[in-house]
Amino acid sequence: MSAQVSSIDELKTTPWSGGKSPFNVEYGKMMMWFFLLSDAFTFSSLLIAYGALRFSAHTWPMADLIFQSVPGMIDHGAPLVFVGIMTFILILSSVTMVLAVEAGHRNAKKEVVWWMIATVIGGFMFLGCQALEWSHLHHEGFWWGSIPHELGEYFKSEKDISAVSTQQFANLFFTITGFHGFHVFSGVVINIIITINVLAGTYEKRGSYLMIEKVGLYWHFVDLVWVFVFTFFYLV
Amino acid sequence: MSSQHTEELHHDEHHGEGMTRGRILKVAGILSAITAVEFFIALYLVPHDIMPLHIANPIYIVLTLFKAFYIVAFFMHLKFERIGLMLAIIVPIIFIIGLILVLTNESHYWIDIRG
Repeated sequence: MSAQVSSIDELKTTPWSGGKSPFNVEYGKMMMWFFLLSDAFTFSSLLIAYGALRFSAHTWPMADLIFQSVPGMIDHGAPLVFVGIMTFILILSSVTMVLAVEAGHRNAKKEVVWWMIATVIGGFMFLGCQALEWSHLHHEGFWWGSIPHELGEYFKSEKDISAVSTQQFANLFFTITGFHGFHVFSGVVINIIITINVLAGTYEKRGSYLMIEKVGLYWHFVDLVWVFVFTFFYLV
Repeated sequence: MSSQHTEELHHDEHHGEGMTRGRILKVAGILSAITAVEFFIALYLVPHDIMPLHIANPIYIVLTLFKAFYIVAFFMHLKFERIGLMLAIIVPIIFIIGLILVLTNESHYWIDIRG
């Protein structure tokens, strides 16, 4: 018999013709990406709702008049300083996370552990800052469904004052930063579990630290969302 | 077949070494620098009336998108993935842009009926 092969039997090697994954990532990692995509939709729905309400209001409380304090240090006159610290903490913990992933590529268990611990500490610091920020605003009278009696200090001029806008701001602020904070909290818990697994040698036995990459994706996503929350709540 | 499959996956993961330590620190530097620029605008240029808000706001948004690009492309490593995965993640973002357009339009209507 001749060795001739009909064209239909030819082995196809292109990514979309079967036999191997067109995405060429491990299943769990791909599913993490798709989960993050759905989570991005959730967050953007919240942020776009915020945008729509803000656009449809004649006036809006000024962010740099509301966020003026560094809890425990400065009570007034330091606009955006505290949130700046929070932003840098989250960016830094993203950097330590990506360094953990990099150490994982080299199968350097000890380094992975240290960078993961640094990431967890960063996460806790961010959560602590957020707790301080929330309690500060709560003491001023902001909460879901409640605002301070005296609103003059949050608006540029007397004629701008609007209780409706302030209430919308309070509701949206606590909902969106709360939802984000919940993500940070879940991320910290997941990071702790993964760190324990690394210490227990689970991934050493498995021969790959791919799991670090998956939790890393989640953690970077949390950082990514904060970048947007920070811009739209504190800067714009 | 299946062992060949995993082997291939494993092999390709190593092209993930696109993110070396130097590169990580460089991206971290860029992210911090962009954030610093945002603070400079928010704390100095705007309060001193050097830059009006209607110019500052679009700049904030552009800078934020830059930061988002660096986080997704390098930290989340999407730049080094296959084109199929890249498109599967990036193309659906069109829906978000659609929602933004719809709701900004809607909010202009709301402000009209509120008077």
